[in-house]
Amino acid sequence: MSLFDLTALQLGAAIRAGEVSAQDAAKTSLDAIAARQGENNAFITVLAEQAMAQAKALDEDREKLAAGPLAGVPAGVKDNICTLDVKTSCASKILGEFAPPYDATVMEKFRAAGGVMVGKLNMDEFAMGSTTETSFYGPTRNPWDLERVPGGSSGGAAAAVAAGECWYALGSDTGGSIRQPASYCGVTGMKPTYGTVSRYGLIAYASSLDQIGPLARTAEDCAAVLDLLQGRDERDGTSLDFDAGHLLEHLSADLTGMKIGIPVDCFGDGLDPDVREKVLAVAEVLKGRGAQVEECKLPIMEYVVPTYYIIAAAEASSNLSRFDGVKYGWRASDYEDLTDLYCKTRTEGFGREVQRRILLGTFVLSTGYYDAYYKKALQVKAVIKRAFDEAFQKYDLLLTPVAPTTAPKLGESLGDPLQMYLSDIYTVSVNLAGLPAISMPCGFDRRGMPVGAQLIGAPLMEQKVLNAAHAFQQDTDYHTRRPEAKEEK
Amino acid sequence: MEITKEMVDYVSTLSRLKLDEEAKEKMQGELQQIIAYMDVLNTLDTEGVEPMSHVFPVKNVLREDEVKPSTPREALLRNAPVPDEEAFLVPKAVE
Repeated sequence: MSLFDLTALQLGAAIRAGEVSAQDAAKTSLDAIAARQGENNAFITVLAEQAMAQAKALDEDREKLAAGPLAGVPAGVKDNICTLDVKTSCASKILGEFAPPYDATVMEKFRAAGGVMVGKLNMDEFAMGSTTETSFYGPTRNPWDLERVPGGSSGGAAAAVAAGECWYALGSDTGGSIRQPASYCGVTGMKPTYGTVSRYGLIAYASSLDQIGPLARTAEDCAAVLDLLQGRDERDGTSLDFDAGHLLEHLSADLTGMKIGIPVDCFGDGLDPDVREKVLAVAEVLKGRGAQVEECKLPIMEYVVPTYYIIAAAEASSNLSRFDGVKYGWRASDYEDLTDLYCKTRTEGFGREVQRRILLGTFVLSTGYYDAYYKKALQVKAVIKRAFDEAFQKYDLLLTPVAPTTAPKLGESLGDPLQMYLSDIYTVSVNLAGLPAISMPCGFDRRGMPVGAQLIGAPLMEQKVLNAAHAFQQDTDYHTRRPEAKEEK
Repeated sequence: MEITKEMVDYVSTLSRLKLDEEAKEKMQGELQQIIAYMDVLNTLDTEGVEPMSHVFPVKNVLREDEVKPSTPREALLRNAPVPDEEAFLVPKAVE
């Protein structure tokens, strides 16, 4: 048996019981990373010495293991989350060897809960992309098929959990960046309600949409990680004041009385037939646990992608103006004056996809086009929010696909940016409306690639989302399948 | 909506990006394709709909104005590409 047969919570319990040392767990993780990194490139930075030192400190002071159910369990952190004195690159050349002088709030919480960080995870540059191919540090590959992408932008996080390199990971989700790679790699990933997890120390892409969240093997592990991450933070002005920290305690697989809607608008043209079949099969399992499931309407789907890309690009163009080669990171050489320094640094330091979104965002905010694009998108956002509000008057949850297809091959998406944007159709509306949603494995397609199903809840209804996913995972074993096991079949 | 070369130049200048001719041409085509797709929003009537910046009500978050230590200067300068002991260095901006 490998320690990676345990979930994060099971490993945490074994460490607390003294059956496994935190150092054994860290070493198991680091050995797996050493074996896999060459083939899947899930990490940008591996922190072998630091992780072993953190684990040793826990083993030597066992009282620290009481800090939480995940104490001593090795985890990876997406490289757009600031980690004190540890390189945080956003997978971009422009940040160079930037090592933040502070920890993100989630990292303070992670460390206080006995977290052991084994490394920083690969991603699309500045979280802009759906494949992890836009990383300056090279693409991450999908552990289920190394010729395929892991999804993005938290592709390193999903690949590392799927390949058994760490037990859980912290990712970020602006338009699906946790849920879509979780789906492509056959792991469970959750985007929480906007404002429930502090964004302090998360390098901003689109501030009104960004949220940090977990990727793990099970919904139960995700509940434990969310308990650790959630809570009001005075350093994040959009942080909500709410009752946090009891998701794991209240986790229940009894769905009696729960009403789940299946929006027919999410099962139309462009959806792969295998994905459709596997996602619809989820409904039957949930019914068996007591839920009532019926078809419903969500008549906004054709508007969600343009609305998302206008708003996200607009915010990105503003957020990324801070990268100028002066205060941190990388600076171009051979500049003539200050403006030239800015231009050369940004042109050579940002990759093509980031430049495309900066230009798009600058365009939709520019005089003459602001009303037609940006203001219009904010109006449509209100319409989208209202459509969800109406759906949640009738239903507790909505069941949809995560992505129209399973993971494409490397190189297939990059040549056609619009096509890549369109693949985000099922995830972006959730960010626009600020809702909680989970992506969970629900089967495999004809090529043996994982399929994910998405459960969306009303604001702050994390518990219902997690309960339904937990119930599904009690009756299915897709979340326990591993890439290796597939090859042995 | 047609994206012209002049518009690509204009937004590039605003963005402090300097694309070479080949990149500019490619970007023009891609932006044209993306913007054309975004025009689908015009098929939705949003007359009278209030633009929504935040999905949840947000208000000013105020705190007491207390003097607290800030991050030490040397810790902040450590990440600068070209610092001296006390400042970020840039080319002379004013003659």
